[in-house]
Amino acid sequence: MKVQLIKLAHARSGDKGDTANVGIIALKPEYYEILKKEVTPERVKAHFGEMVKGAVQRFEMPNIGALNFLLHNALGGGGTTTLKHDAQGKTISTALLRMEIDVPDDLANF
Amino acid sequence: MREFIRIASGQGYWGDRFDAPIDQVREGPIDYLMMDYLAEVTMSIMQKQKSRDPNLGYAKDFIRLMEVLLPDLVEKNVKLITNAGGVNPVACMIAVREIAERKGYKGLRLAAVYGDDILNYLDALIASGNELRNMETGESIQTIRNRIRSANVYFGARPVVEALEQGAQIIITGRVTDTGLTLAPMIHEFGWKWDEWDKLAAGIIGGHINECGAQASGGNFLAGWKEVPKMERIGFPIVEAYPDGTLIITKHESLGGLVDERTVKEQLVYELGDPKEYITPDVVADFTSIRLKRVGENRVKVFDVKGAPFTEFYKVSVSYFDGFTCIGQLTYAWPDALEKAKKADEIIRKRIEYLGLTFEEIHTEFLGYNACHGTTAPPIPDPNEVVFLIGVRGNNKKDMEKFANEIVPLVLTGPPTVTGFGGGRPRVREVIAYWPALLKKEEVAPKVLTISVI
Repeated sequence: MKVQLIKLAHARSGDKGDTANVGIIALKPEYYEILKKEVTPERVKAHFGEMVKGAVQRFEMPNIGALNFLLHNALGGGGTTTLKHDAQGKTISTALLRMEIDVPDDLANF
Repeated sequence: MREFIRIASGQGYWGDRFDAPIDQVREGPIDYLMMDYLAEVTMSIMQKQKSRDPNLGYAKDFIRLMEVLLPDLVEKNVKLITNAGGVNPVACMIAVREIAERKGYKGLRLAAVYGDDILNYLDALIASGNELRNMETGESIQTIRNRIRSANVYFGARPVVEALEQGAQIIITGRVTDTGLTLAPMIHEFGWKWDEWDKLAAGIIGGHINECGAQASGGNFLAGWKEVPKMERIGFPIVEAYPDGTLIITKHESLGGLVDERTVKEQLVYELGDPKEYITPDVVADFTSIRLKRVGENRVKVFDVKGAPFTEFYKVSVSYFDGFTCIGQLTYAWPDALEKAKKADEIIRKRIEYLGLTFEEIHTEFLGYNACHGTTAPPIPDPNEVVFLIGVRGNNKKDMEKFANEIVPLVLTGPPTVTGFGGGRPRVREVIAYWPALLKKEEVAPKVLTISVI
């Protein structure tokens, strides 16, 4: 079955120049492997489409059940240059959590 | 050696809650208060202030805070470490000395950490072979040389430790890394060596948790913001540090906020790049080694942190003038709010063409509809209202001002049921852009000046 990532993870996002970072964190330890399998850099890039002009990099943090994504050229030039309302990418966290992923049907208790 | 020390976070950025550090000192025991005031753009604002008055160029709010808080710090023997000194830490220290003298704190030791401001030595540094290329784009600094407004090296904990060793109770720095402000007291108190990488890395993790204030203790907390008690008086985080590098993240019991594994995890991933290589001037910390464990109410243990040797470079932050922006806005109400906002966008773009204005970029967003989440957000069938935002960026100030004049006239010449123009003409703003670079460490030396109040 398909569910939105927000059922499985929480997140925080921020900026470094024109690059946004989004860390997504498994809400339960057993969700981490699902996140790792489903939330690939390719799928994240496709989810954001034109919003992310550059590459998407992914880093694994099994110690805290998190994946850290760098979205390059995603902030319209970055912090003080950008014309975007969300100049520092503070809300990109939940934009990523809108993504739908496949989970096993028997995954209980969402 | 003390069994442990408590390092409290009092400020996450310039403009953070004014009474947070006061609560940190008054609501429970702490040994150190760290306060972060600096961001890239802050340095250029401070340089501008200093160019108008050589006695300025630091966070003036901090002086206002010292009027209130210095008596508590003295009475409770709490040490303060802050980068509120901006581009003029010595002047900031003198302003604090004036307060201390007035209040009669004879013998109080104050220190200023400086030497990070390389604005006046840039040409010499470049001439002697330091390229200061943009770390992200590889461009030569010559492309922006005559537009530079500030240039600062990020120092680590070393000069702060030196100030502590000279007996300073109030330490005011320029561009010391946010994390270094929290690491320094651990090195000073526990006598950590400069090659004990794991311990230094643990201190850096503590610094990363402290540096954004309440973001680690229930502020901006996605997983459980509804559970956070008393956000109107949220307790900022406190790092309880132990000699072996173990940390307990906590907060004062009497204050609001929440510390659990989730709040700490959210802060750990904030503004993170490659988690295996969190580079600081003193150590490279490995965020994939961190282990967390809840050990009590509002108590999270951080342990097993690993670190690796530092690099041969300091990071340099250069700010430079990069043209202008202007963003206008109008609010359209139901029915057809989105269509009206889109029509307004079409009209403004045609006006820009008709008037022959040239911009590097024109950008439109529909706030309340999808300004934050763009194409990832589903459509809203018939929104009650939509805020039309249109921004332009460019180098021609005259064109910017002509654009600014085009927004309000839409009220009577464009689509109906429009409001939200109370602010009148939008402001044309200078863009101060940010240029990250690297500099060999041997090219600059931090300086520490310690004085006693007489």
